[in-house]
Amino acid sequence: MNAPATPPLRTDALGATPLSNRQRNMLAVASLITVVGLWSFLSSVGWIDRVLLPSPLEVLKSLVMTVGDGSLLRHITASLMRVLQGFAVALLIAVPLGIAMGVSQVTRALIEPLLELLRPIPPIAIIPLAILWFGIDELSKVFIIAYGAFFPILVNTMAGFREVDRVHVRAAQVLGAKRWHIFRDVVLRSAFPFIVVGARVGMGMAFIVLVAAELIASSVGLGFLISDARYNFRTDQIFLGMACIGILGFALNKVLLEVERRLLGWKDQ
Amino acid sequence: MNGSRQPKITIRDLAVHYGAHEVLRGASLDIADGEFVCLLGPSGCGKTTLLNVVAGFVFPSAGQIVVGDRPVQGPGVDRGMVFQEYALFPWFTVEQNVQYGPKLRGAGGTELTAISDRYLKLVGLDQHKRHYPNQLSGGQRQRVAIARALASQPQILLMDEPFGALDAMTRESLQEELLRIWEVERRTCVFVTHSIAEAVFLADTIVIMQSHPGRIHAVIRNTVARPRGRTSDAYFAMYRKVDEDLRQTERQPGAAT
Repeated sequence: MNAPATPPLRTDALGATPLSNRQRNMLAVASLITVVGLWSFLSSVGWIDRVLLPSPLEVLKSLVMTVGDGSLLRHITASLMRVLQGFAVALLIAVPLGIAMGVSQVTRALIEPLLELLRPIPPIAIIPLAILWFGIDELSKVFIIAYGAFFPILVNTMAGFREVDRVHVRAAQVLGAKRWHIFRDVVLRSAFPFIVVGARVGMGMAFIVLVAAELIASSVGLGFLISDARYNFRTDQIFLGMACIGILGFALNKVLLEVERRLLGWKDQ
Repeated sequence: MNGSRQPKITIRDLAVHYGAHEVLRGASLDIADGEFVCLLGPSGCGKTTLLNVVAGFVFPSAGQIVVGDRPVQGPGVDRGMVFQEYALFPWFTVEQNVQYGPKLRGAGGTELTAISDRYLKLVGLDQHKRHYPNQLSGGQRQRVAIARALASQPQILLMDEPFGALDAMTRESLQEELLRIWEVERRTCVFVTHSIAEAVFLADTIVIMQSHPGRIHAVIRNTVARPRGRTSDAYFAMYRKVDEDLRQTERQPGAAT
C-alpha cells in the first residue's frame, strides 16, 4: 500500500495512528464475511442439526419468500408503527413533565417520589397488566413501549436542567433578559442536548420493549414473526426476524444520531 | 478626573457576608464617569464580590451601592459585563451572541445587523460572525464577549478577569485592543485582575485589595501618561509602587480585625 499523502495528525493514547474510513469499512466487511463464512461452514458440515442452525442461504431464501409475499414488510411496518407511536407518546409526556419538574421545585417534590417507585419496575413486568387493561391490540403495545421509553427521556430532561451554567444566566441578565427569556434562551437551550440524548436512549428502550411485547401477545410484527416461527420449527425465519430487528434498531439509532448532529451542531465543531 | 461632578459609581461602607463568612468589609470607593478602574489583589480579597455587587448579582449586607443616581437593585443593561469564563452562549453563533441584548431591547432587521456588524468590526471579528463560539480561540471568544457587552450600549463595563485564562501574548494584545475600544467608546470600566502589569497598563485608578476579610487597602492614581509603553521608566516606577503596596497587604494579614 502507498503511504498516505499527508502524515497523520493524531495518534491515540497508545501511539497508534487512526484508521482511515476506507480501512475501517474494509475491516467491517472482512469481519462480516468471516462470520457468515464460519456460519455456512458450521451448518454445512453437519455437526449441528440443520433445523437448529439453518444455512445463510436458507435464511436468504426465506427473506426472498417473505419479501415476495409481502409478509415481511407487513411485520416490519407493524413493528415500526408501534415503536414510533409509543415513542411519540413518551416524548410528548416526558419532555413537558421533565421541564415542569426542572423549573418548579414544587412539581418536582410532588412527582419525583412516585417516579422513583415506578422506575425500578421493568417495562416487561407491565405487559400482563397492559394486556388486561388495553387488550392484546395495538393500544396495549403502544402503552408498554411508551412506558419503556418514558423514563430515560424524563430522567435526562431533568438532568439537563441541573446543567444550566450560572454564568450563562448572569450573562443573559446583564443583557436585559427577564425570567421568560432566561428560560427560553438559556435554560431550555442548556437542557436540550440532554433531552436529545434521552430521546435516543428512550428509542433504544422502546425497541427492546416492543419485541418483548410482540413475543408475548401479537398477531403481526417482528416479535410475532420470531415466536410464530418457533412453533413451526422455522429457525430460518427466527434468524430472519432477528436480523430485521437488528438492522431496524441500527437504522433508527442512525437517524436519531443524525438528528442530534443537526440540532446540536454547535457542540463539537 | 472631574472632582466637582457626581461620581458614576458610589460605594459606601459596603459589607458582604455569605452566611457567617465575611467576604467584604467596609469598602468605600467613588468611580468617575469614563474612568478605568482596576480592582487588584490576591484571591479571596473580595474583588470579584465587589464587582458582583456593582453588577447586582450579590447583595450587600451593609452599606450603599449607587450607580448614576439610583441604588443598585439587581442586574441591569446599564452595566454590561465580561466574565472570567467563556460566558458566550455556545448554542448561538457569534453574531447571535452579539445581537442578543439589542434583540431583547426590541431592535430588529437591518438595525440588528448594523449593530452586530459595528461591534464585531470593532473587535476585528466581523469575518467570524457565522461561527459558533466553540470554533473560536480563547482570545477570539473574549473579543466576542466584549462586543456582546458593548452592543447593549451599557454606561458601565464590568470585567471579571476577562483575560485571565489567555496566554501572555494574546493577553497583551487584548489589553491594547481594550484600551483602543475604551478610547473610542469612553465607557466607565471596572476591571478585576490579579496581575499588576495588567492594572498598571490599563487603569486610571488602581484599587489594591487585601484578604481575610476582603477589604480595600489603598487607592492609587496611575500617573503613567497614555499611550503607555510596557517598558517605559514611568511604567516600571508605577509597577514598583503598586507591587510594594500589594506586599504590605501580605505582611499584615487580617491586621485590621
